[in-house]
Amino acid sequence: MSTFVDAFISILDIKLMFFMLTGTIGGMVAGALPGFSATMAVALMVPFTFTMSPVAGLATLGAIYTGAIFGGCFSAILVNTPGTPSSIATTFDGYPMTKQGRGEEALITATFASWGGGVVGVLTLMFLSIPLAKVALKFGPPEYFWVSIFGLTIIASLASKSIMKGIAGGIFGLMVSMIGVAPIGGDVRFTMGISTFQGGVEILSVLIGFFCIPEMLRIAGELKNEKFVAVDLEKQTDVLKKSFLNNFQKPMNFIKSSVIGSFIGVLPGAGGNIANLVAYNEAQRSSDDPDSFGKGNPAGVVATESSNNATVGSSMVPLLTLGIPGSPAAAVLYGALMIQGLKPGPQLFTTNADVSYGFMMALMVAQFMILVLGLLAGKHVYNGVTKIPDRILVPAVILLTVLGSYAIRNNVMDVIVMFVSGLIAYTLKEFGFHPGPIVLGLILGPIAEKGFVQGYLMGQASGAPLMIFFTRPISIVLIIITILSASWPLFRMYRENRKKGVVNK
Amino acid sequence: MKFKNKSLLVSLLLVLLLSLNLVGCTSEPAEEPQEEAEQPQEEAEQPQEEAGVEYPVKPINYILPFDPGGESDITARIQQQPLEKVLGQSIIVQYKPGGGGALGWQELVTSTDPDGYNIMGSNLPHIILQPLVRDDAGYETNELVPIYYFQATSNILAVSKDSEIDSVDEFVEYAKANPGAVTLSGSGSYTANHLGALIFNDVAGINTTYIPETGSGGAVPQLLGGHVTGLMTYTTMGINHSEDLKVLAVAAEERNPSLPDVPTFKELGYDYVEGAYRGISGPPGLPQEIIDTLAAAFKEINSDPEYIEQMQEMGFEILDFGPEESKQLITERQEYYETMLRELELID
Repeated sequence: MSTFVDAFISILDIKLMFFMLTGTIGGMVAGALPGFSATMAVALMVPFTFTMSPVAGLATLGAIYTGAIFGGCFSAILVNTPGTPSSIATTFDGYPMTKQGRGEEALITATFASWGGGVVGVLTLMFLSIPLAKVALKFGPPEYFWVSIFGLTIIASLASKSIMKGIAGGIFGLMVSMIGVAPIGGDVRFTMGISTFQGGVEILSVLIGFFCIPEMLRIAGELKNEKFVAVDLEKQTDVLKKSFLNNFQKPMNFIKSSVIGSFIGVLPGAGGNIANLVAYNEAQRSSDDPDSFGKGNPAGVVATESSNNATVGSSMVPLLTLGIPGSPAAAVLYGALMIQGLKPGPQLFTTNADVSYGFMMALMVAQFMILVLGLLAGKHVYNGVTKIPDRILVPAVILLTVLGSYAIRNNVMDVIVMFVSGLIAYTLKEFGFHPGPIVLGLILGPIAEKGFVQGYLMGQASGAPLMIFFTRPISIVLIIITILSASWPLFRMYRENRKKGVVNK
Repeated sequence: MKFKNKSLLVSLLLVLLLSLNLVGCTSEPAEEPQEEAEQPQEEAEQPQEEAGVEYPVKPINYILPFDPGGESDITARIQQQPLEKVLGQSIIVQYKPGGGGALGWQELVTSTDPDGYNIMGSNLPHIILQPLVRDDAGYETNELVPIYYFQATSNILAVSKDSEIDSVDEFVEYAKANPGAVTLSGSGSYTANHLGALIFNDVAGINTTYIPETGSGGAVPQLLGGHVTGLMTYTTMGINHSEDLKVLAVAAEERNPSLPDVPTFKELGYDYVEGAYRGISGPPGLPQEIIDTLAAAFKEINSDPEYIEQMQEMGFEILDFGPEESKQLITERQEYYETMLRELELID
């Protein structure tokens, strides 16, 4: 315990606090801007940290990462555009809340959720690193394959209106994810003669296109009926209390989502992108009123924002214990650690304990910073954005989406992809396709394929290639979870029909 | 009325500021603070004046066609400040991952101005193998203009610390007793690790299965989690994870100074030398004066004892291949790999 106290005292330095505060704010802005990802924000700041002490440098980078993952909720809630892929599911309930005039409640709820989830994530890092790392190592290619299949069953809850359309969307997403160089084998597929597609379709531009463009088109189409929404000032007084209660009155949702986020964050290569979707799915599944999800249920926001911030702390677990980055942003931190001369691994907890514990403490402080900043900024950002008349908001947002998708890798193709995805999503929406399953397919496709091909190669070595997927203990557990998850909607329908049957009698 | 207009104005200004920021961010991130940090240490040479072309007069983009965190990234980060001192301009490290590097190299040869302000990390054997093996990699090996090749990492064969296998001979014995059952993980397909595994199979007369991982970082957990038998990875991984790995041999001509107890494959009787070379290239049409300026800069930082020590400690071998020598190296390696791939029946 004394190491924690020492570490805490070591970071009580005005300069360090100042760097962290600027880092958090900068991260929040970066996260809120679509196309500008958390990884980019952290990578940009690495050179500045060379001149700082190791703890200060790492603390600043950690603060930026925390801020960025939190910042993603702002654009997700206000303009239906996930600022970072970890906030995809925040759009599902956050944006409907804004449309209902409850946007500020959504933002403050997200703030409390992010703070709480972040704290859980850092606590996981502090106390459960070693055992969790050991478990994460046991996840080999077959396990990653089953994790992605489990991820795909989430489609069932996202596409509650029509499972068929959800599955079709998911398959479409999977197919699009196959464009480019295969993760294993290196052969080039489906590039349709466009060599830029060798790198595959950039998921951030698809995200921006899918979520933002259809909504902007819809608003633009309804401009004739535009009236200035008089922000109901009386509604605003109870927002703080309501948001706090949203999170903690019935804490099961918050606790489960934070734990889901903490665990998924530890798996290298999975991370925030998947955690928010899994948590959302679980929240909906176990809620008393599953159909209210997707229509502005704050529990959806709680689930996604607490799980994605929990991944911040837990993605550092494999980095600090094994020297393996758990997410792209952690990879940047890995580089920063190496430059400072610190080898990630057990040494960080022994010879360099002051640095690693100092970093963990700083990460914890960063969570409180986003709480304060979020509470302060929430009302003003909400008022600022909603007071912009739609006829100015729409072009401004579209400008930002163009800049954002270009900024990803300075490639015009990404802007084109963004617009094309936007049009596709708009058309599909008219036919009743929810963008969620397609995006899921896009994210999980590479993970599933890598897991399958690597697992198959491993299985080949022992003679029966496919058996390896069914004979490992963790895989078996995952298969059971997947089957349960996939059959849940059917079970629910059966239960509802039975209830209806009783009433009708 | 007034109140509505004021907040409208404020929100418009906010949007404008944000967009300007974003545009500014992508090309020259936070240039001013960088310059402030540079001034106290600046011992800059004056921009070279060659036939009236001053270079460099503005920041240079050092682009890596990979994700951050890998060997190229760490090298670039270590080179960043020394380069800034020598060239007198900011060096901005950027990432353009995709296609195992192909996306970046394709952009380099098709749409980058030959003005010397955009240089890109290039790797052997990647830039040789990709055009050979893929129908359309988007670029040809000889379109990249080599400036300097400054670092290399040899392949190593490693098993986990508590494996019963203690030497390459024992490994080969085990593999012969269990044909096809031995798995080796490494970074990428058609990379030095992959080819190395195939060449080693050939030379030792064994049949191991290579399991490609996307990047060196991913290969180590495979071994630590017990999912593969061994690793065909780079010297840097062996040193980074020395507590968890047992390095059996290194595929170099001589022993690596940071792994002094590890024999070379040659010493043990296996004619296997393979590894990745990393350097920097420019777009086609890059003027010779700019190539020479950059090459001289890299040569200078490569001779700084502190830099050498930092790199070697991590397992990197320092190379000094200037523009002409790099071209020769690439041609020689091209012939070697073409023959090798034909022998291994990977191309016809």
